[in-house]
Amino acid sequence: MSVILILIITSIVVAVVFLGAFFWAVRSGQYDDTYSPSVRMLFEDEKKKGDSDES
Amino acid sequence: MITQEVKTKTKCYHCGDECLDREIVLEDKSFCCQGCKTVFEILSENDLCTYYNLESAPGISQKKSADSLFDFLDNEKITSQLLDFSDEKVERVTLLIPNIHCSSCIWLLEHLSRLNPAIISAQTNFSQRKLTVTYSKEAFSLRALAELLDSIGYTPVINLDQEDATGKPHSSFDKKLLIKMGIAGFCFGNVMLLSFPDYLGISSLEQSYQQFFRWLNVLLSVPVVFYAGNEYFISAFKSLKQRFANIDVPIALGVGVLFLRSVYEVVFDIGPGYFDSLVGLIFFLLIGKWFQNRTYQALSFDRDYKSYFPLAVLTKKAKQYVPTQVREIEKGDEILIRNGELIPADAILIDDKAFVDYSFVTGESEAIAKGKGQYVYAGGRLSGKQARFIVQKAVAQSYLTELWNDKAFQKEEEHVRLVDHVSQYFTLVVITVALGASAFWQMTDPSKTWLVFCSVLIIACPCALALSTPFTIGSILRVFGKNRLYLKNADVVEKLQKVDTIVFDKTGTITNTSEKNLTFNGEPLEAAEKQLILTAVSSSTHPLSRYIKRYLADDSDKVYHLESFEEHVGQGISATVSGVELKLGSAAFVGVQKKPGSHEASYVYLSIGKQYRGCFVVSNVYRMGLKQVINQLAKKFRLAILSGDHSAEKQNLQHIFPSGTEMKFEQKPDDKLQSISQLQSAGHRVMMLGDGLNDAGALKQSNVGISVSEDISTFSPACDAIMHADAFGKLNALITLAQKGRSIVLASFIISLLYNSVGLSFAVMGWLTPLVAAILMPLSSITVVAFTTFMVKMVSLKLKL
Repeated sequence: MSVILILIITSIVVAVVFLGAFFWAVRSGQYDDTYSPSVRMLFEDEKKKGDSDES
Repeated sequence: MITQEVKTKTKCYHCGDECLDREIVLEDKSFCCQGCKTVFEILSENDLCTYYNLESAPGISQKKSADSLFDFLDNEKITSQLLDFSDEKVERVTLLIPNIHCSSCIWLLEHLSRLNPAIISAQTNFSQRKLTVTYSKEAFSLRALAELLDSIGYTPVINLDQEDATGKPHSSFDKKLLIKMGIAGFCFGNVMLLSFPDYLGISSLEQSYQQFFRWLNVLLSVPVVFYAGNEYFISAFKSLKQRFANIDVPIALGVGVLFLRSVYEVVFDIGPGYFDSLVGLIFFLLIGKWFQNRTYQALSFDRDYKSYFPLAVLTKKAKQYVPTQVREIEKGDEILIRNGELIPADAILIDDKAFVDYSFVTGESEAIAKGKGQYVYAGGRLSGKQARFIVQKAVAQSYLTELWNDKAFQKEEEHVRLVDHVSQYFTLVVITVALGASAFWQMTDPSKTWLVFCSVLIIACPCALALSTPFTIGSILRVFGKNRLYLKNADVVEKLQKVDTIVFDKTGTITNTSEKNLTFNGEPLEAAEKQLILTAVSSSTHPLSRYIKRYLADDSDKVYHLESFEEHVGQGISATVSGVELKLGSAAFVGVQKKPGSHEASYVYLSIGKQYRGCFVVSNVYRMGLKQVINQLAKKFRLAILSGDHSAEKQNLQHIFPSGTEMKFEQKPDDKLQSISQLQSAGHRVMMLGDGLNDAGALKQSNVGISVSEDISTFSPACDAIMHADAFGKLNALITLAQKGRSIVLASFIISLLYNSVGLSFAVMGWLTPLVAAILMPLSSITVVAFTTFMVKMVSLKLKL
């Protein structure tokens, strides 16, 4: 019988953890710009031609 | 470097514009102007050509960019305000760059470190058009960064507005809403789960579980009501305090009643309460709000262009002019104002002569000559030679910003928004209906009383009603923005709908300035002579001066000293440059014989050192599709022309404009203003199209003043809208769209009223739970928003916009 209570409390605690993760994501600015990261990940990491020379 | 002239029209490799008068070819790629070529060279030197591979012709046209001055960024007080972070080695700054528009932009800006190794990192925020750059302080500076960005076409916008509100409050508001949505969503899910036992009637099994579930529900709904939904209470409270019922009042009332009733039921063990409805209601309300914010945010971009007040001014300190922040100027400081700059404070002129243009303040655009020792008020723009002033009053920063928002620039007519009008009575009616319905149900079926009361309040929320106008106008503004017509504010759309007369300025408005056929008659000019003329015409804002400037513009950066400069309205300019006397203007002004047959063109005669040198022939080329546009417009509007030029063009114009068009020539700025107000007193609603420079007064006087410009950055605050010259051919379609907007708003009003009355009758009959009402309410808003957006899109597609 009390198993249900434990389960419910556990489930709410787990959900609260996810809610906390969501807060963190919002606060750290992950929702500020939802466009550029999607483009940025497709850029090639190309090497500069003369890698050592500096202009 | 190979440059050659080719006649065929090709697209610029950098910006995608057509290469018009001359085409510059480099490594088999064509460019429309030196600027675009230079950017390409910078990029290719630094191995950044991927920029061109991601999107075709992603660049920003360099042809029309104005010279930007960033020397004020040397001032530490200014930079310290702009910087996000700074220590001995590293500085970080976030700049607003409106030009960011595609993935190529992101790529290039994030590879800025290749252009200068002192840049450590750069990150773009595409949705806010912002770039955050970290750079090492020793080898680089904010000014250098701004100049670097400017040189590749991404000119950062640094202005007072940005300084006052760096956009941070906005983004934090957005975050708060997201967090509220998170909380509401979390609680909603759990409350639904915990309410199942009551729904399914398991309550008979275990009484203790039921109590536990219900109390958990109470606990979960508390943060939703008091944190996530607090704005509804605050807003309702504020409006009630002012004895006005806004649309948040019924929502707050509904939520409050539902919460108290539910807690009461649980405490006294009467029933399960309505927590599922309550929490779901707030969750869906927040989603609706978020969606609304997103749309508004997306719309607000097209309107960011009020950045013309000087941030810094040159002030004499220890025998040197140094850039000083405007708000630091004190009484008694000596300031140096250059041509085209604004005078930031009340001051006394200490040079012999200066011309001050007060069109920003009064709309009167003729520059006023001021003599030595005369008092000059803030807000004037210096035209002509630079001049020195002694400040008499410290600058009230707010004054300058107020100037733009000043009543003088807002057109008098007050029009009461229908929505404001309706919503006030609406709320009272809704509350009465809700009370009546709940009284009825209290007598017939008391179990439904509270739900009916609440659903009536929620379903009747006039959100859809309130949203239809802003969204229709918003979508229209967006279409306008896409077609390069930028309105000052949303009210202009409503004014456009009422226009019945259109007045055109000639030069620069219906004639095309960039395709102007300009030739020089006489001995070819030498480079040095060109430079002299260039220095002189740079100080003039007359359209013809600007064409000559553009015609002569080249790469050499020799600077000549402009000693004196005088512009005689309707005649010409005289200037002394590095000791050489120059005169440009009409034949009589220069003192030579008028050339015969000067009908289809404007002639600008030139003498250097009192010696006649020849004349510039500027033939009038009308904008492409002018006749077509005029034909379309003539069917619906009364047309008129007000031109500052001679009447030589009259015959040509008569071919284009329908017979009976009022044409007035040789109009001074003041005459134009008079003509407009005459039309208005005859009961016409006038739209004026001008170049915004020498007809600012007329633009302000007209009901809708549109300044047509090749370069969006030159505009006068007196106008209601800026139209890029490219959009001219679509003028009729644009006006039609604005007028169709009215029927769209009306249709959406009818839809939302229908919706409300049907929903309301269901709610009164007790067929709707508050939860369903809460889902339906944002749905209705979304249908209305979708309807208006879709209709505007359909209409604009039909009009080929």
